[in-house]
Amino acid sequence: MRRGLLNYLLVAVCILLAPLFFSGSYLLNVLVFAGINTMLAVALNLLVGYAGQISLGHAAFFGLGAYLSGVLTTTYGWDPWLTMPVAALSVGILAFIVGFPILKLKGHYLAMATLGLGIIVYIVFNEWVDVTGGPSGLSGIPNLHLGTLVFDGDRRNYYLVWSCALCCMLLSCNLANSRLGRAFRAIHDAEVAARVLGVNARLLKVQVFALSAAVCALAGSLYAHVMTFIEPATFGFNTSVELLTMVVIGGLGSTYGPFLGALLLTLLPEFLRVMRDYDIVFYGGMLMVMTIFLPGGLVRGIPGLWHKPLALRRAKGDAADA
Amino acid sequence: MDFGTQLLQYLLSGLSTGAIYALIGIGFSIVYHAIGIINFAQGEFVMLGGMVTLFLLQSLHLPLWAAIPLAVLLASLAGLVFERLAIRPLRKAPPLSLVIVTIGGSILIRGLAMVIWGNDTHRLPSFSGDDPITVAGATLLPQHLWIFGITIALIILNKWFFSHTISGKAMRACSYNPRAAGLVGIDVRRMTMFAFMISAAMGALAGIIAAPLTMTSYDVGIMLGLKGFCAAIIGGMSSGLATVVGGLVLGVLESLGAGLISSGYKDAIAFVILLLILLLRPQGLFGRPESERV
Repeated sequence: MRRGLLNYLLVAVCILLAPLFFSGSYLLNVLVFAGINTMLAVALNLLVGYAGQISLGHAAFFGLGAYLSGVLTTTYGWDPWLTMPVAALSVGILAFIVGFPILKLKGHYLAMATLGLGIIVYIVFNEWVDVTGGPSGLSGIPNLHLGTLVFDGDRRNYYLVWSCALCCMLLSCNLANSRLGRAFRAIHDAEVAARVLGVNARLLKVQVFALSAAVCALAGSLYAHVMTFIEPATFGFNTSVELLTMVVIGGLGSTYGPFLGALLLTLLPEFLRVMRDYDIVFYGGMLMVMTIFLPGGLVRGIPGLWHKPLALRRAKGDAADA
Repeated sequence: MDFGTQLLQYLLSGLSTGAIYALIGIGFSIVYHAIGIINFAQGEFVMLGGMVTLFLLQSLHLPLWAAIPLAVLLASLAGLVFERLAIRPLRKAPPLSLVIVTIGGSILIRGLAMVIWGNDTHRLPSFSGDDPITVAGATLLPQHLWIFGITIALIILNKWFFSHTISGKAMRACSYNPRAAGLVGIDVRRMTMFAFMISAAMGALAGIIAAPLTMTSYDVGIMLGLKGFCAAIIGGMSSGLATVVGGLVLGVLESLGAGLISSGYKDAIAFVILLLILLLRPQGLFGRPESERV
């Protein structure tokens, strides 16, 4: 546990010091989005990585958060600080209600049901033009502000978004090491066995689904206020898949895996400008290669690559001795 | 046009899209029975059917009657390659990995199609002209008849294959109990491979017969695939008539919904049905509930 805290502080210090090196550059702007993606990936990991329940519709919760914040602040003139918790809470409650029937399903069926849910929400964003502005989007969403400090520059947004992302990582870290986290892992490994041992699997799955949805909604609100403009295309099926890719590539069920995955997948396209049209090929290929060859993700896979030859050599040495 | 004719028109066009969904749905259930997974890349084979036919017609100037079988063949080869490279290495992996790997495969195939053929929408020429036929006031295109005819032929062929040929029976044996099938000398791996090839071929053919009416582009696979899955779910993942009925019901409901309620929410209708069926009757409309063995 001590070591966990130390790791966390190390990551936090690195993140908070990073803007000193990229001040004023375009990279800082990209890193703001990496922060939002980190929140989303950490949230999805709570569900997929810890509890082992797949979701292909998490972009819907992200979008609901963004649209709730956007519509409430622009159309109804609410204060942004008030809309954020309202959005997160209402999306969480919605997910809680929807979660009960949906999480009864398993495996492929669950994947399809969440996917269907995501697409329905996406269609509503597109078609409910009076409220959401339809495909052309919703603009004029106010920036967040603290007194006279308005979060409108890249550096300010960086600290705003990453402090939220760090809170999410702390939450995920603590949850993993708690009684609840162990219960989730038990559900992941063998749901029936977990239930036999007195874990209320049904309720816990719905709770983690709701928590994960609420965090996604919070990320959505932040996204809306940072961008000041939202459109349905950001919250479609591709985003859900991209989020899943981040979690899988980083490492399912690890604390910092989703963070690494989000960072990598947000930064890579910027560095590989040449790949513009090939990014979808790259995503698909990466998803397949990682699942087949590094099922544990980067976080476990890279040290694993290191340990494997060592273990092999040791095994050989033992054989030679005998 | 009075209301009755209008209804008939919606019904006819619904049945023809429903037939397409049914074919795609049967593809889903064939793979599901062979190996117990939902192949999220199924829709991409539908797209491949249309796009490869188009490519053969336009770039290689093949006649339509040669392009179609060749496209179906190529798509089923793609199914084979997909099974070899993505599914076989993961035979013992948890379902989550299999879901992710087939999603990865579908994105990869879609991406490659976009890179090769660009992101324009294309239309295949109709098989036999575009002169409308009037049936009791409603209009049908010759292509609709082709869709009905080919679907019926495929369903019969499918039924015959699975109940009267040795390979079909072997595949059914594998779906009941792969281990026992292996013990009586059936090559289970080869049957899995066949299942992927057959389902890819069926998907591709569905994509080809639909393309003259609904257009084709690199990304039609997502929606068509999901609708096909929806049909299979309504039919309780059977590879027979129940899925066909599921597809037709879905097609008609969608067409009525688009015509009478709102065309913008047309796609949502299918997913609302999908969710309702999954939540209320996960065994399908006609199936009996199965108890889970631990």
